[in-house]
Amino acid sequence: MDNQSKRYSFKAMLGQLKNGIIDQNPTFVQVLGMCPTLATTTSVINALGMGLATTAVLMFSNLFISLLRKFIPKQVRIAAYIVIISGFVTAVEMLMKAFLPELNDALGVFIALIVVNCIILARAEAFASKNKPIPSFIDGLSMGLGFTMALSILGAIREILGAGTIFGISIFGSAFQPAQLFIMPAGAFITLGCLIALVNAIRSREKKPKATADAAEKEAE
Amino acid sequence: MDGIIDILILMFTAIFIENFIFAKFYGCCPFLGVSEKPGTALGMGMAVTFVMTVASAVTWTVYEFLLAPFGLDYLKTIAFILVIAGLVQFIEMFLRRFVPSLYSSLGIFLPLITTNCAVLGAALVNIQNGYNFIQSVAFGFSAALGFTMAIVVFAGVRVRLQFANPPKAFKGMPIALVTAGLIAMAFMGFSGMSIG
Repeated sequence: MDNQSKRYSFKAMLGQLKNGIIDQNPTFVQVLGMCPTLATTTSVINALGMGLATTAVLMFSNLFISLLRKFIPKQVRIAAYIVIISGFVTAVEMLMKAFLPELNDALGVFIALIVVNCIILARAEAFASKNKPIPSFIDGLSMGLGFTMALSILGAIREILGAGTIFGISIFGSAFQPAQLFIMPAGAFITLGCLIALVNAIRSREKKPKATADAAEKEAE
Repeated sequence: MDGIIDILILMFTAIFIENFIFAKFYGCCPFLGVSEKPGTALGMGMAVTFVMTVASAVTWTVYEFLLAPFGLDYLKTIAFILVIAGLVQFIEMFLRRFVPSLYSSLGIFLPLITTNCAVLGAALVNIQNGYNFIQSVAFGFSAALGFTMAIVVFAGVRVRLQFANPPKAFKGMPIALVTAGLIAMAFMGFSGMSIG
């Protein structure tokens, strides 16, 4: 037991972190939790705030669902998960209202909507309900960081192109005419589409053998 | 008379100007997930409309008579999601028992609706904007109509998209997102119309 947990803490943890942030990135690869991804990435600050709030909820809901996994009856598990998740979301909501009122106003209803973010329920069902507490906690951390990273990249691109600033600081000087489309809803869809396409292109280059097989198949057609 | 016009303005705004998908991003998961065929998209839209209208009425009542009088404002997220989950379960059982024909067409979508953020979003927006009961129901219903319209239009476009030949990396989700962006751009035209 002790030996096993020791072995876990090194290699497996790093593997899990890499898995959540890169291989199975919740936004770019699994395409989950689209509502906050599109709605809150008008600036890097908002994106970062949203990502970290989700990470906090994801870590603790995973931890508690894993701790309670033997006590929750199978038939009502989804309802039980939702209660646990919404408890943590309410805590995060109240903390943000108290300590980060500006960010809270900018994100609005989307803080409360973390409850129905599919990433959290997906990790609860796919991972936390079957694994021990510590790996579940790390899984929440890695998925949350992957989500935060994706949101921040999207937020940075949209803020630079759409407002000419980053973290609210102007980078091009006053002569730059920002393309406001990018901070509008339409820009969110288009930027995310292009980013996922980019990730797809990089991934297919990595998997060369499969790509050539596909190409051969196409030629045969 | 004034009241009716106000309600109509509210409904028009919810359907077009502040469309749930293209302006507010509520309910993007089913929008991207269940929009491969217009038929399924319409089924999903109808199920959402049904649940959202009822949920707006019930959550408003719960908030006004249970949470607000006792100062339990901070519990609204938990209360609303439980009400919605229970309601969806109840509607599913009710339809299966009494309207089997409707159940067979909407049944498979109902479990998905609990985690549709459009429903919880509408409930929270109702409270945030201080709507009364009639306004809440009208808002829930028309926002869901806007959702249905968006998802059906988008499904129609995606059917055509299957015959297109985009660059390999863009196949599937990326090209769908870019298409949604172009439709959203068209919807930006409505934002010039804000009334009242």
